[in-house]
Amino acid sequence: MENIALTEAVFYILLSLKEPLHGYGIMQNAEKLSGGRVKLAAGTLYGAINTLLEKGWITAVPGENGDRKKEYVITESGKTAVFAELDRLRELLKNGEEQTGGWSK
Amino acid sequence: MRKVIKKVFWAWESEKEEKWLNEMSAKGLALVDYTWCRYAFEECEPGEYCYKIQLLEHRPSHPESEQYIRFMEETGAEQVAQYMNWVYFRKKTAEGEFEIFSDVESKLKQCILIKKLLMPIGYLNLFIAAMNFVNFAFNAPKFSWLPFINLLCAVFIFAGANEVNKKIKAFKKEILIRE
Repeated sequence: MENIALTEAVFYILLSLKEPLHGYGIMQNAEKLSGGRVKLAAGTLYGAINTLLEKGWITAVPGENGDRKKEYVITESGKTAVFAELDRLRELLKNGEEQTGGWSK
Repeated sequence: MRKVIKKVFWAWESEKEEKWLNEMSAKGLALVDYTWCRYAFEECEPGEYCYKIQLLEHRPSHPESEQYIRFMEETGAEQVAQYMNWVYFRKKTAEGEFEIFSDVESKLKQCILIKKLLMPIGYLNLFIAAMNFVNFAFNAPKFSWLPFINLLCAVFIFAGANEVNKKIKAFKKEILIRE
């Protein structure tokens, strides 16, 4: 497992794909989860989805009931990546809070 | 009613071009088609659409581009025109903010693509100018402006590429400190 930070786009895409979802659904979900802060633009999302497909962290789901929009779902290695990222974020948060505890704002 | 406006924007001016298209939309004129320096507009509600322009890696008819354009359309954007590898998208303003890229990395990639488009044209002009200089120096007794035209073209294009380069450098710096 390489130890690099996930981009915000990648993190929110992975979080959105527990159940199969299409691109627009991911954009809406990321915005909802982040309280409107993260607005994934379609071009950025498209690039990230393709990279994640190549890495095998997500996979395309065969379309159902005539809906032609492509849907994606997270894979086991994608989940591993999210857990590794959560560990990293916990470390950041812990260090950040500890070290800034005595700072005056 | 259709209105055609002739206007020139160079490849390094796509942001300026977007701004102009959005100003036109604010005035109630929505871009519906584009071919070489000819912008076709139709009436719309003032500010109905937001326009964005993107340079694609492949021709719009290439399967990868087609897949991308389909994806854009699934997210509520509409392709109004394509010219060479340039695609003109719009989205209804009522449907929220319209951006194509939300991360610095993608913006950087787009600039690199524009630079890649410009450099060969610049070098080609430089090459033709050099060939003509050589040709006139050895074969033509009379002075000619011809090589200077290509030389001017080359300088102009390299100046444009330099503008793009400034953006590339700024994005690269930003990537060092944030996503």
